[in-house]
Amino acid sequence: MDCVVTGGNVKVLAKAIHSLSRIGDELYVEPQEDGLALRSVNSSRSAYACFLFAPLFFSRYTIPIGLAFRCKMAIKSVQAVFRSIATLEKTVEKCHIELDEQKNRLTFTLHCKHGLMKTHNLSFQDSESLQAVFDKDSYSNVFRSHPRLLVDTVVHFPPSLEEVTVSVSDDRMWVKNHVEDETDRSKAMLTELCLASDEFDHFSVQVQNSVTFCLKELRGLLVFAESTGLPISMYFDEPGSPVVLSVTDSVLEGNFVLATLSDDSNLRKNNTKRAHTPPPPPDDFMNDDMDSYLIAMDTSVIGPPNKKFCSLFFGSVLPPSSQMTTQPLTGQEVLASDSEDDVQ
Amino acid sequence: MPLSTQSQGDAEQYVLVASLDNARNLSNILKAITFKDYAIFSATPNGLKVTVEDSKCLQANAFIQSEIFQEYTIKEDSVGFQVNLTVLLDCLNIFGGTTAPGVSTALRMCYKGYGYPLTLFLEEGGVVTVCKINTQEPEEPVDFEFCSTNVTNKVILQSESLKEAFSELDMTSEVLEITMSPSQPYFRLSTFGNSGSAHYDYPKDSDMMELFKCTKTQTNRYKMSLLKPSTKALALSCKVSVRTDSRGFLSLQYLVRNDDGQICFVEYYCCPDEEVAED
Repeated sequence: MDCVVTGGNVKVLAKAIHSLSRIGDELYVEPQEDGLALRSVNSSRSAYACFLFAPLFFSRYTIPIGLAFRCKMAIKSVQAVFRSIATLEKTVEKCHIELDEQKNRLTFTLHCKHGLMKTHNLSFQDSESLQAVFDKDSYSNVFRSHPRLLVDTVVHFPPSLEEVTVSVSDDRMWVKNHVEDETDRSKAMLTELCLASDEFDHFSVQVQNSVTFCLKELRGLLVFAESTGLPISMYFDEPGSPVVLSVTDSVLEGNFVLATLSDDSNLRKNNTKRAHTPPPPPDDFMNDDMDSYLIAMDTSVIGPPNKKFCSLFFGSVLPPSSQMTTQPLTGQEVLASDSEDDVQ
Repeated sequence: MPLSTQSQGDAEQYVLVASLDNARNLSNILKAITFKDYAIFSATPNGLKVTVEDSKCLQANAFIQSEIFQEYTIKEDSVGFQVNLTVLLDCLNIFGGTTAPGVSTALRMCYKGYGYPLTLFLEEGGVVTVCKINTQEPEEPVDFEFCSTNVTNKVILQSESLKEAFSELDMTSEVLEITMSPSQPYFRLSTFGNSGSAHYDYPKDSDMMELFKCTKTQTNRYKMSLLKPSTKALALSCKVSVRTDSRGFLSLQYLVRNDDGQICFVEYYCCPDEEVAED
C-alpha cells in the first residue's frame, strides 16, 4: 500500500482521524479499490464511524493487489502523527502512507517545509473487517444542513450531556436533552430547541417520531464538518434503528452511525428478528479477535447500565477462505442491507 | 535607583554584588535549567555561571556575562556557593512575576562569602523586599571533559524547527536517539515508543540549518528523562548548537536573548545511554 496526500488534504485526513478518535480507541484501516476506509467503533458497539477517501483524494493511491489488507492500530498513535493541526497547516507539504509488509509497520512520512521529514513507523494488528450494516437511503426521515446549524444547536447543551432526543413533525425539528425516567423532572434542567424546516437545505419527514442518541460521539463529526464546511445529512427511522449522519464531497464520504434508544415495543420487535439470526460460525470461536464475532443486536447487557441502546449490526468476515469478500455473508438474514460502500 | 542607596557601608563586606534593573533577565534564564532543587553558583570577573546536575549524567549551565548586569563587582577571582534554586526563583518572582509593560523588579544580589547567606534586595514600585537564602558549600561540578578538539559532529540549527520536533517527541520512548552523519540522514532524532518508531530528519541543506559539520556517522542514545528539561532552554532560545564528541557525549548550546535583547548562553551536557554501541 502506497498513498500520498498533498496540501490541504493532509489537514482533512488529520481532522478525520481526530474525529474518529471521539468514537473509539482503535483505528481500522482498510485500503479498498474504491478508496481508503478509516473506521472506528466504540466499546459498546453503539457508535460507529467510517471515512472513505476516494482514490482522487490522493495524489497517489496504490493498494496491495491480491489479498485485501486490513489492520487496526491504537488511534492515539496515529493522532500523534498529526498532533497539531495548526502546525500541519503551516508546515506539512505532503503525507506519504506506506505499508512495510516485512516489518509489519505502517509508515506515515510527513514532508515538511525547510526539508524537515517526520517519519512514524506504527505497528498494527491484522484485523477483520469492521463494517456496520445500515441503509440510510431507506430511512424515512432525511435532513441536510450546513454544519453551523447543528453546531449552534449543540452548543446549548452542556459538554457533559450524554443523550439528546430529536423529534420531528412535518415542518419542525425539536432537539432536547434526554432525561432519565428515574430523574425527578422538577429537579432536572430541560433544554429544548426548535428548528424550522426552512433552516435546513433539505427537510423530509415521512414518519413523525423521536430518536434518542448519544451526543458526545456526534461532536467529533461536527468539528470535522464545520472545518471543512461540508453540509451534514442526517437520516433516521424509528427508535431503535440507528441515526446516520453523513458528510460527502466528491472525494470523501464520512458516516457516523449512532445507535438510538429503543422503546419497549421496539425491543420486542427486535427480539423476534434476532431469533432468525444464525449463530456465529464455529470458526469464530477459535479466534480471539473480537472483530470476527458477529456482534448481535440488543445490548441491554453490554453498554451503559439502564440503557436499552440497540447495538449496530456488524457484518463478520470469516478467516481467509476460497472467497475473500468484504461484504457481509449473503444468506444471513440481516435487518438491513449493507449499502455502506455506496460512494458516488 | 533606591537599592543603591541601601547599605553603602556594607558594600565593602560583599565579595560579590550584582545588580539588574530587570530581575527577569536572571530568572528567565534560570528557569531554563531548573530541573533540580540545588544549583552551584560560580562567579568570576567574566560573569555568573549557574550549574545544575542530575545523577552525574546531565549537567546544565547558564552563563550570564558581567556586561548583562547594571552593576557587577567581584572582589575575588572566583566566588562559589550552592543555593536552593527553587527558593531563589521564588524570591526573584516575589512581586508576582507579572509581565506588565514598563513594570519590572529590580534586583541587587549580594554575597559576603563562605558561610554567609545570599542576600537579595528586590524592588518594585517603591516596595523593597530583602531575602536571605542560606548557602551551602558548593559541590564540584562534574567535568564532562568535552573539548572542541574532540568534537566529531556539529550542527547549528534555528530553534524554531527543533522546538516543533521536541514538542512532538513520543514520550513513551525511554531514549532519544541522535544520528549525525556526513551522509543521509544527516541529522536525525529518533524515538522508540509504544506505538512504534518515529524519526525527525533535518537535511544538511535545510534553511533551518545554519552550520553543518559532520565528519563521521554517529548514532547515540540518551535517556529521554535526562533530556526533557532541555526543552525549557530550547523554548527560550533562538539558535541551538548540537555537538557530539568521539565518546558520544552530547553538548547542546542554546543562544538566548533576554528581555533587553542581550545574549546569554545555556548549555546542556549529557552522557550517552550505556547499553548502545556506536555505529
